[in-house]
Amino acid sequence: MSARTLCVVALALAWSASLPARAQDAELSRIREEIRQLKEAYERRIQGLENRLAEAEVRVAKAGQGAVRTDPAVAQPGTRAGGENAFNPAISLILQGTAARSSQDPAAYQITGFAPSGGEVAPAGRSFSLGESELVLTANIDPYFRGLLIAALTPENEVEVEEASFQTLALGHGLTLKGGRFLSGVGYQNEVHQHFWDFYDAPLAYKAFLGGRLNDDGVQLKWVAPTELFVELGAELGRGRGFRSTEQSRNRAGAWSLFAHVGGDIGASTAWRAGLSHLRVSPRERAFEDADSLGNPVSQSFSGTSKLWIADFVLKWAPGGNATATNFKLQGEYFRRTESGSLMYDDSAQAVPQFGASFTDDYRSRQSGWYLQGVYQFMPRWRFGYRHDRLDFGSVNNRIVASGLGPAAADFPLLMSAHNPTRNTLMLDWSPTEFSRLRLQLASDRSRLGVTDNQALIQYIFSLGAHGAHRF
Amino acid sequence: MRIFLLPMLLGIALPVSAALNIFACTPEWGALATELGGDKVNVYTATTALQDPHRIEARPSLIARARSADLIVCTGAELEIGWLPLVQTQSGNPRVQVGQTGYFEAANQVPLLEKPARLDRSMGDVHPTGNPHVHLDPRNIARIAAALGERMAKLNPGEATHFGARTKSFLERWRAASARWEKEAAPLKGMPLVVYHRNLTYLIHWLGMREVAALEPKPGLPPTTAHLSELLAGLRQNPAKAVVRAAYNDPRAAEWLAERAGIPSVLVPFTVGGTETARDLFGLYDDTLARLLAAVK
Repeated sequence: MSARTLCVVALALAWSASLPARAQDAELSRIREEIRQLKEAYERRIQGLENRLAEAEVRVAKAGQGAVRTDPAVAQPGTRAGGENAFNPAISLILQGTAARSSQDPAAYQITGFAPSGGEVAPAGRSFSLGESELVLTANIDPYFRGLLIAALTPENEVEVEEASFQTLALGHGLTLKGGRFLSGVGYQNEVHQHFWDFYDAPLAYKAFLGGRLNDDGVQLKWVAPTELFVELGAELGRGRGFRSTEQSRNRAGAWSLFAHVGGDIGASTAWRAGLSHLRVSPRERAFEDADSLGNPVSQSFSGTSKLWIADFVLKWAPGGNATATNFKLQGEYFRRTESGSLMYDDSAQAVPQFGASFTDDYRSRQSGWYLQGVYQFMPRWRFGYRHDRLDFGSVNNRIVASGLGPAAADFPLLMSAHNPTRNTLMLDWSPTEFSRLRLQLASDRSRLGVTDNQALIQYIFSLGAHGAHRF
Repeated sequence: MRIFLLPMLLGIALPVSAALNIFACTPEWGALATELGGDKVNVYTATTALQDPHRIEARPSLIARARSADLIVCTGAELEIGWLPLVQTQSGNPRVQVGQTGYFEAANQVPLLEKPARLDRSMGDVHPTGNPHVHLDPRNIARIAAALGERMAKLNPGEATHFGARTKSFLERWRAASARWEKEAAPLKGMPLVVYHRNLTYLIHWLGMREVAALEPKPGLPPTTAHLSELLAGLRQNPAKAVVRAAYNDPRAAEWLAERAGIPSVLVPFTVGGTETARDLFGLYDDTLARLLAAVK
């Protein structure tokens, strides 16, 4: 304070010293008044500055850490946004689309030798197509639960609920319970969200045996073992939604599955995970359309049990574990399905039927498929990938054909054509950031008997909003 | 017999004493937990100094380790947002969920720099709450150590005196070392630097150095030739003393620019384990300063 007064006095003296010695009294008093006003103005400004400094000091002291350099760009610890929307869930939006061409019509797509799986398994539509726009909302519900919704806005202007599930946070002992509609934990790729796939479409084995992917309505219980080696065991009970099991109005679960995953690190550079899963459903009158040997539509349906085994593995490598510049991912899965029950063949709905009757007899099949894919990031932003798909027709025992009383094998072109579908796929993608990706994909697809479908597409995937965490 | 065999087969680290299992997201917090806990903690560090902390995946091994953790010590400020939430929810471990005593965020203990005034991804991969790389200012380490020591004592009250004494001893040694570093680093004051990513902000702020430019055109985007050429032209008018990068940053862009600008390219360990000498937190600062001082001479 005294220093300031001295300053002002010195200022005043300097000022008055410059005045002519013969200054009038009146002039002197006017000057004194001016100096007083000046002094007051300065004092007010200094007081203001001191107040602001004191406030800043209090803020810092409140932070409980003593002297901190005050900086206008510093966010104080523990400060959080408030307001009504503070508890809004994390929202993100995925935008996707393709431009594609193919030598065969995607609308007539089928995997010959395998019963249709009912999913959306056809290759990308020709020309420009909008993909599914996914809206993802997720947040902790309370200390005990977490919730998630993924709604897909389809290019057909419909809304599909892909996932809507809760998950427990507080069961403890490594247990997690999930309920609602969710991506099943079987296999590897099934739980990976579609916009995070390394190729535009699902492997053939997923298309043939799971309709692209499995997201049933039900519950899942998972347990992580308290070991250094990652060991995860899971069981799911589901409604059996969708085609592979045919949902029915029954007071019990229509599908169940068990899975086990193990995983770990090999040094700092490599991480891996392997698993084995078993699924079982009991479809009743799982109906589909086929054409008989004359090309006329017939309906067939299967009732019985369907058991599916999946063995999966994934291995990720990056030099020193730093995936920023280069990294490599190898992934493969093997599927094996056995179905046994009865098959019904009916062409009586036709105007001029070949048989005009319905046949029902034993049906057994054992079919398998696998894929192996590698994706290499050879420089930041750029990745190159190759995938080989193969399905094995295996053995199909159709007693309707074996009895020789009615339809022959040629009347079951879809089920009885001993065809081993294969597909080779190449992809190159460019990801300017982790929120955007452009992809070129070429495929030579022999899903259909006797024809090769050459496909080419360009795909975009953009993700807006909250930064989602991705699965391994 | 079977009761003993099963954990042995599964490789369970049986709690010999009631040691606290700590899961540290990055090496600096692993090193700090070891300093404060000594032999009363088992520390697992999820990442190495040669890995970009922004790009870690929720590997199966991390889920397995988080399953048995009593305390997760991470940076926070959304540095681990791409993987930690998954590890937490998948672990089936209620003790380490967000909001529980078993989840500690270092960035919550200190004032953050560079809180963006505007949030928009066109600005690159910005962290909404501010720059999360808080560990390269020793004053932050002191604040975080005090809070972490308290948290460890809370989780294991039986060892509260042990943790308290170790924290006190660490803080004393740390304050002495900090004073020494500040003296040693005097020649670095005002030193203009080109950084790779804005991950040295707290170091620069502490030592009064100047960040002239960053090799990344926007946070999180890899350096481009166009941006590097622009930087080179800019350095002619506004020269820098060195191009500094963390051990995990790709050396090529830094070397390219340093060579053409005729200034040294300096690698700093960034965190514990980034160089041979940076074996603990003290070594991290010793080595970082030695490398910067060598460049300024």
